[in-house]
Amino acid sequence: MAGMRPAFAEPKRGGTLRLGMGTGSANDSLDPALAIDTFPIVLNFGCLRNCLTEVGPDGQLRPELAESWDISPDAKVWTFRIRSGVEFHDGRTLTPSDVVATLRHHGGESSTSTASSIIAGIEDMTIDGDNVRITLVEGNADFGFLMSFYALGIMPATDDGVDWASGVGTGAYVLQDFQPGVRARLSRNPNYWKPNAAYFDEVELLSIRDTTTRQNAVTTGDVDVVERIDPRTARLLQRANGVTLREIQGLLHYTFSMNAPEAPFSDNNVRMALKYGVNREAMVQTILSGHGAVGNDQPIGPANKFYAADLEQRTYDPDRSKYFLRQAGMDKLTVPLHISDAAFPGAVDAALMYQEQAAESGITIDVVREPSEGYFSNIYRRTPFFGSYWSGRPTEDWIFSQGYASDGALNETQWKNERFDELLGMGRLETDDSLRAEIYRECQEILRDDGATLIPMFANHMFAHRETVVVPETIGSNYNLDGYKGVERWWAA
Amino acid sequence: MKDLMRSPVVKMMVARLLIGLGTIAVISFVIYGVIELLPGDIAREVLKSQATDESVRAFNERLGLDRPFLERYFEWLGNALHGDLGRSLISDVPVSELLAQRVKNSAFLAVLAAVLAVPLALLLGILSATFRNSVFDRATGITTLACVSLPEFALGYLMILFLAVKTGLFPSLSVIDPGAPLLERIWQTVLPALTLTLIVQAHMSRMTRSSLVALFQRPYIEMAELKGLRRRKVVWRHALPNAMGPIAVVITLNMAYLLTGIVVIEAVFAYPGLGQLMVDAVARRDIPLVQAASLIFATFYVSLNTLADVIGIVTNPRLLYARK
Repeated sequence: MAGMRPAFAEPKRGGTLRLGMGTGSANDSLDPALAIDTFPIVLNFGCLRNCLTEVGPDGQLRPELAESWDISPDAKVWTFRIRSGVEFHDGRTLTPSDVVATLRHHGGESSTSTASSIIAGIEDMTIDGDNVRITLVEGNADFGFLMSFYALGIMPATDDGVDWASGVGTGAYVLQDFQPGVRARLSRNPNYWKPNAAYFDEVELLSIRDTTTRQNAVTTGDVDVVERIDPRTARLLQRANGVTLREIQGLLHYTFSMNAPEAPFSDNNVRMALKYGVNREAMVQTILSGHGAVGNDQPIGPANKFYAADLEQRTYDPDRSKYFLRQAGMDKLTVPLHISDAAFPGAVDAALMYQEQAAESGITIDVVREPSEGYFSNIYRRTPFFGSYWSGRPTEDWIFSQGYASDGALNETQWKNERFDELLGMGRLETDDSLRAEIYRECQEILRDDGATLIPMFANHMFAHRETVVVPETIGSNYNLDGYKGVERWWAA
Repeated sequence: MKDLMRSPVVKMMVARLLIGLGTIAVISFVIYGVIELLPGDIAREVLKSQATDESVRAFNERLGLDRPFLERYFEWLGNALHGDLGRSLISDVPVSELLAQRVKNSAFLAVLAAVLAVPLALLLGILSATFRNSVFDRATGITTLACVSLPEFALGYLMILFLAVKTGLFPSLSVIDPGAPLLERIWQTVLPALTLTLIVQAHMSRMTRSSLVALFQRPYIEMAELKGLRRRKVVWRHALPNAMGPIAVVITLNMAYLLTGIVVIEAVFAYPGLGQLMVDAVARRDIPLVQAASLIFATFYVSLNTLADVIGIVTNPRLLYARK
């Protein structure tokens, strides 16, 4: 083996990381509350700031600015011990009042923060020495996880709020120059508190929204890493010299959603007939070019903590589909499916494939192509059967209560199930992980066998990097780019 | 002063200017109206799947979108005339602030492309006319026409493929930095500028060629040649000055294209210009930004067209007098 370089040498300091991002807008802001696209999230969360907790590459929750925490038995009172001796980029020292001010920044009546629903669950916050004690409106065993959410990076407190405009945080990189929609330049935080992190001297984020241009840029070496890989051309990147494609199953999934209160979808037999009529494997191969995994009609994936891996995977079975159709008292079924590529990339092709697959069991899927413009105002939730996507949520409770609970704000199918709501309430208060695993297993089973959401596939997180960058074997699956934290986890070769 | 006003040239210029302003006024109304007609509700497009009835109502109220159309149009036009283009719907930053650097970047690319394209087009046109029907003439014709016939993005990708990916001669990205030294900015802008050069080349060089060819048939050129003047002198001293009118018109029209038609090229090279900003604004339904950018594009286009008109008429005084 002489002459062969070990694949993963010891991390070393130095070099510049140039990241080609597939997003970026002139409206991007340094306020993490408003970040919904990858460019501002990697900048605000991945580079500038730290949260109280962090999801590690192994998927486990670990301390970040909170050194440790205690939970009351009813999961209602959370006490976070704030790390001492941590400095902001401008030299100020982190205090518990910065934490309180940051969390308040995301709350309030008129909050437009992506974290507003998390903060709405907080009843009271008090400071006690180095501790921040948070009392919740009702117990939530996942609150520690929620504190790792990318919008909740800690910012320095000011007299009447927080200072977000300067970009000052405790994070691995200090902002040098930011041109929204174009680029951001950062340099290593010389006083970064976290050991074994932040190896590059400089980081540059570039907004390259055209897919071909972006993928070319990593091929020519104009950037070191690119995200948002088009599955159809991923193969070309794999073939390019000096470029490595990395992928991991995340939580992004695509759906065909039915309006549950409306006939024929109000009959679960019809829902089951539709679910057995789709060839998931073929869709993953064609729509995602193999860069994904089959869905099981429930939104929890291996990247979630309580994913029920033993739950039997539903497969394409026209006979079963016919059986359920007969149970519903029908031989034939015709349903219009309203679709556009705005729902997810390749949605129209997926609908056409589904049309052909479902025809085997006597179901006629009438594919209605809708314009992409206005899809989310006119079609989504306004037609009985439509396409949609979910970027996923880091915890079971979060996605269930937003998307599937009877009163969920984003329950797009209006599906209601008493047992499911009851389990959801139990799971939220339970702090014993093995009991929660059981509760959430049943939730996943109910969704699979009764839910109104057909989930044929999960798309992989994909990014490509040059051999100038070393990316460890284990990468985070909670978000793309190593949980959006690759900037501080990778190093120059 | 009175005499000046009576001069037909000045009269014509004033008339053209007024027509130009009228055109911009009509365009402003169309810009404001068309966006109202886009399918889908602004609030729902901005809020996407996070839109609840409450958040939609709050959004519309906050932005005054519940007021009548004409009232909003005249308010917007009045403010725009005072240089206030409104604030971004998404980030609440003044639109003029978002536009400033992008307009400069777009102008930089257009000027660079023009500096490359105009002399090259003139040279190719003159050489083609001089050596008409030679191999050189035919090769130039085929190449320039092939370039203009390809879709812009395809030409851009071909440039990247051959000049960046295969040979590594130029950077494939043009994410220029306003703070960088001029030479570095030029270096990073070479590929998009070259692509634009190829696109505008055909029109300008063909026009130069045909104007000159037409002139070469004229008796006074024949006379000059019979006098024994050298070919070069005939072309530069006698033919070219008379061909300048139509050539200048074509150049001006192509400059208008360079400033306003480069949305696709900007996307292909990730160039931070006005076009990219506008595409982004349309996707996010950032209406004030879309309107302001469209208005700027329209103003550039109408101004340069007016300039082309004026040049055309001044260099051909017959056009000053309408046929009776």
